[in-house]
Amino acid sequence: MAIASQTNSSHGVTVEFQNIEKRYGVRYALHGVSLRIEAGECVALVGANGSGKTTLLRVASLLVRPSAGRVNFWETGDAHPLADPIAVKQRIGMVAHQILLYDDLTAEENLELFAKLYGLDRPKDRAAAALEPAGLLSRRNDPVRDFSRGMRQRLAIARALLPAPGLLLLDEPATGLDPAGQHWLGEILARLHSSGCTILMSTHGLSEVHSVVSRAVRLAAGCLAEDSAHSGDPQRMLAAALAAEQGA
Amino acid sequence: MALARPAAVLLGKELQTEFRTRELLTTTVVFVLMVLVLFSFTFDPTSIESRRFAPGLLWLTLLFAGSLMLHPSFTREQTNDTLAALRLAPIDPTAILAAKILANACFLLVAEAVLLPIFAALYNLHVWPVLGRMCVVLILGTLALATIGTVFSAISSQARMRELLLPLLLMPVLTPALIASAEATAGLFDDPAYLSPQWVGLLAGFDAIFLTVTWLFGEYLLEE
Repeated sequence: MAIASQTNSSHGVTVEFQNIEKRYGVRYALHGVSLRIEAGECVALVGANGSGKTTLLRVASLLVRPSAGRVNFWETGDAHPLADPIAVKQRIGMVAHQILLYDDLTAEENLELFAKLYGLDRPKDRAAAALEPAGLLSRRNDPVRDFSRGMRQRLAIARALLPAPGLLLLDEPATGLDPAGQHWLGEILARLHSSGCTILMSTHGLSEVHSVVSRAVRLAAGCLAEDSAHSGDPQRMLAAALAAEQGA
Repeated sequence: MALARPAAVLLGKELQTEFRTRELLTTTVVFVLMVLVLFSFTFDPTSIESRRFAPGLLWLTLLFAGSLMLHPSFTREQTNDTLAALRLAPIDPTAILAAKILANACFLLVAEAVLLPIFAALYNLHVWPVLGRMCVVLILGTLALATIGTVFSAISSQARMRELLLPLLLMPVLTPALIASAEATAGLFDDPAYLSPQWVGLLAGFDAIFLTVTWLFGEYLLEE
């Protein structure tokens, strides 16, 4: 019931990366990545540190402009991709490596600020509605700087879900969450997935959130190395990739 | 309208954060007062010569204060990568810069409101009869300082040696605005006092040009 208030995304967004390159000086962070993620898919990005997962997520969120190639976004049923970056951003929620929240503002003030920036009506109510399922309603008036790592991560997730995104980008979302927090995140992702939201997340360790994954993609040195859409069971590929990482 | 609403929301956030922490204002006001008091010991405040130096000292002090205040404008957005959060939002990126410029101009004007009576007392200047015209010069000069300073704060925040880079970028570009501000202020302390339309016009033109350039290229300034 509480989660439903956060996960009312009605349509997912299809995202297509066309031959994406991202260079920092002479070093390639991404090299010729082409990938299409259909609306409603839940895709896990795996790969060693520096393989390009975070860069790909930042390209998808329009935070980073690719050096070459392009990213297209389609609303379900639309023949033409979304052309206006502001319209694309309206449909994207992101949990990044950092929490993207102001330490000096309270939890409620942070969410209210972002609700206003996303043009949501009744921003104060939306903030309260997002805090409740994250278990932070009683701490709504505390500044974020006083929060523990797990609470900060919960708030970061609540912030990403505020606009009811059609595309949710998650960069290692289980970081800092205790088992109860991971269970909460797993439930949210399952609900979002069943409601048709497209999910693209990078991941390192095994956690409950992986049960939702419908497709796994492995990056290596900025290139697309493996895609379960072509090579079989995503859960098995995910487990193998994560085991290889931990063994390395 | 698409720019005004998010800019107003972000300006509210900037003011709320600053008036809660008072980091920038306290530091800047203390710095400005120290510089003015030290300068007042260097010159004889009752002499006519001192009045000739006063406008230059005032704007030099404001430049130093500005570079101190403007530097954290974007560097503090690096904590928790909040600049990325703002860039993720479905708003015109120029709104982020507009809010920062307005907030920095507000903070500088508050510092100037504290500074002006002390400046007048220390340098034996009669500010009250020319206060209205003084405010015009201060607002235009402060807007120039805030606009250029905010833009270069955005550029330098992603660079190494950012603490050194901001003053290095700021001073040459701001020189025409500083000269115009100091000359317009000097006219106000002349006998009879006058507000030079040429210098005020130059200041207004400077503001208009750099605000337009910021509006046109704001999106690129904030990119990673």
